[in-house]
Amino acid sequence: MNFNLAGLIKAAVLNGTPLLFGTSGEILTEKSGNLNLGVEGLMFMGGAFGLAGAFWYDRAAGAGASGLVAVLIALLCSFLAGCAGSLIFSFLTISLRANQNVTGLALTIFGTGIGQFVGEQMRLKVGGNISISNALKGSFANPVLPKALQDIPFLGQVLFSYNGFVYLGIAMAIVMSVFLNRTRKGLYLKAVGESPSTADAAGINVTRYKYLATVIGGGISAIGGMVYTMTIAGTVWNHTALSGEGWVAVALVIFCLWKPLNALWGSVLFGGLMIMYLRVPISFIPSQIYKVVPYIVTAIVLVIVSLRQRKEDQPPQSLGLPYFREER
Amino acid sequence: MTHAVELKNITKRFGSTVANDKVDLYVDSGVIMSLLGENGSGKTTLMNMLAGIYFPDEGQIFVGGKEVSIRSPRDAYENGIGMIHQHFKLIDVFTAAENVALGINEGKYDLKKVAAGVKEISDKYGFGIDPDKKIYEMSVSEKQTVEIIKVLYRGANILILDEPTAVLTPQETEKLFGILKAMKADGKAIILITHKLNEVMAVSDVVAVLRKGQHIKTVRTEETNPQALTEMMVGRAVSLNIDRMEPKDPKPRLTVAGLTCRDSEGVTKLENVGFIAYSGEILGIAGIAGSGQKELLEAIAGLRPISSGSIIYTPEGKIPEELVGKTPMEIKEAGVALAFVPEDRLGMGLVGGMGMTENMMLRTWNKGRGIFVNRKEPEKVAEQVYEFLEVVTPSIDYPVRKLSGGNVQKVLVGREIASSPSVLMSAYAVRGLDINTSYIIYNLMEGQKSKGVAVIFVGEDLDVLLQLADRILVLCDGKVSGIVDARTTTKEEVGLLMTQVGGGKDAN
Repeated sequence: MNFNLAGLIKAAVLNGTPLLFGTSGEILTEKSGNLNLGVEGLMFMGGAFGLAGAFWYDRAAGAGASGLVAVLIALLCSFLAGCAGSLIFSFLTISLRANQNVTGLALTIFGTGIGQFVGEQMRLKVGGNISISNALKGSFANPVLPKALQDIPFLGQVLFSYNGFVYLGIAMAIVMSVFLNRTRKGLYLKAVGESPSTADAAGINVTRYKYLATVIGGGISAIGGMVYTMTIAGTVWNHTALSGEGWVAVALVIFCLWKPLNALWGSVLFGGLMIMYLRVPISFIPSQIYKVVPYIVTAIVLVIVSLRQRKEDQPPQSLGLPYFREER
Repeated sequence: MTHAVELKNITKRFGSTVANDKVDLYVDSGVIMSLLGENGSGKTTLMNMLAGIYFPDEGQIFVGGKEVSIRSPRDAYENGIGMIHQHFKLIDVFTAAENVALGINEGKYDLKKVAAGVKEISDKYGFGIDPDKKIYEMSVSEKQTVEIIKVLYRGANILILDEPTAVLTPQETEKLFGILKAMKADGKAIILITHKLNEVMAVSDVVAVLRKGQHIKTVRTEETNPQALTEMMVGRAVSLNIDRMEPKDPKPRLTVAGLTCRDSEGVTKLENVGFIAYSGEILGIAGIAGSGQKELLEAIAGLRPISSGSIIYTPEGKIPEELVGKTPMEIKEAGVALAFVPEDRLGMGLVGGMGMTENMMLRTWNKGRGIFVNRKEPEKVAEQVYEFLEVVTPSIDYPVRKLSGGNVQKVLVGREIASSPSVLMSAYAVRGLDINTSYIIYNLMEGQKSKGVAVIFVGEDLDVLLQLADRILVLCDGKVSGIVDARTTTKEEVGLLMTQVGGGKDAN
């Protein structure tokens, strides 16, 4: 067996990056007390619309297409698609106070459906596998840091050889952590998720915080789907490629104890666990069982956390509950 | 002169129910006003309109002589109104300072500055609160103090406290009253919502009485008395006396010895508890919240594993039997009933979404023939409880969750009594009930006692325990710190026993 540690770490980081976006977005959402189980659907939408944005830009601009513009368009399209999806979720659960679990599951079905529709429609249009031109592909997947850094033995591979989305994801998670722990708005958002009636009594606009956190969180999650399609899947639409990513992201939120900084290493760990069966095959374990390892790890973490009962490690107290001021 | 706050012609409706009907009310600075009324008389609703939780349908609010519109809690703060709710509005995982910082948007976000401000207020009034302590590590009294600091930090001049003493020990209540008086001296207007007449008399300057959403009268405290206030509240003359009879023919019914219980984490909740409950007697149980009252009742009811000790039950005219080791069902069948009213009332004993009949069925579900349940019997019991206890409900099949607190408790206590137990245990049976309904429940207990039932009554209000019980067992930190004769003891003695085992002298 040719085992290459640097290669494994690199693959884990690359595979973890879509999860990092998916999870961080969902952390932001859940911090507001909204449990959005539609991450799977949002990531599908992000993947399809991100690809579509880059694809149509590529066709329209022809040879003069700029890589940076393509990346920005893909980012924006996926983010907006996620925002739109979670806006539906927000309207149903925050304004109409629908059950969050049911609405989230519906969003998953809706989002995967829309994603498939857009993706397949592009495929039919082109008549075969869609893909964007190789020049543009590179601007999504190629390393962004100077060659000198990448050439450092081992560290260069493990730390500096990634595409831009990896660093963007890390920066996003750090910014989110600072936002949640160091700013007034972050404190308010946490208060809304813990006890909306308390936040309300303190004069905080609960509805606005819930909407903004859920919509922006959904947008960030959707970027994860785009990152997967544009880097790992090589800008090719494959209708099963994204399957399960969103659910792992939801599990990862619990694993990370609702802390974005934990998501940094958690996503790498889960990204690694998801591809371990390819890289480090263990002959006597069937790959199907090997693939469920992330879920088993999540279950174990849940048990440990609930045994320890540390208040700080518990989910936001009003997670999943609707808030209505005049209810008694 | 201008009043600190004045309500004019305030009306609030919820659907077809009128919660407040044309209320006129005012408070001056430097005055403590008690707001008195039965459950559902609209006290909290009225105050919630000042706090910005509800918005009045009609009427005007004046603060310092100026008309204001309070549409949200933020508006309330900006007008210097702060409300301390009955259920604390605090975030458990935040520190005191973080809780205070919530909703304050002025200036730079600086938790250290907030913490310093908290410290300053705490020192000024002698609160002794550590700004960096997490809320979940605090006692109930400390949490309440944080609520008060929160309001003071925002510079509130008008403070509303919704039943602040419901969760406090007598000593903590004294301390709170001291604080209220200090704030009054500071020129603040204070509105106190309460059920407890003795507190009204002790601390307030004026009393406003609400009945069925209407403002009946505002009187000066020194010109009134509890009897007159009760009549204003209820609208008719009521007797505030519990006719406590001498226990007749008391025989040991329940003999508890050396009872020790640990919870799942191995923490000792009850330690070497021993006492005898006699038939025809009310044994009151007093103690600071969480001193083992709940655990004791659960242990007797068989709901909690017992580490060591014995519980001997002696039914009328039968041979004594050991309850330890029996299942809850067997204990219930033997005639030991438990009516536990938890803080949220519905948590233990009733299913909120079900009607009265179905809740009665929870006791008899295993009595049916074959796989079918018997609905006839529980329906009859429900009818009885409905009529005898005057439960206010559209129908006996109406979900109990939607009933008012007092009615929920009537259903719970009524069901236990209907099973004609020989030991009746009740915890916090009057929690949150108004004075009239409370006395109905007390008299029910008294009635059970006269039938020779051994009643074990866990209560929060010491004044009531002193009037109702024959003997009072005081728990402190899971240990029996004393058993006193309720006829001869004093509130101070019991209060002292609650805070230290033995109360500094020998327990009998």
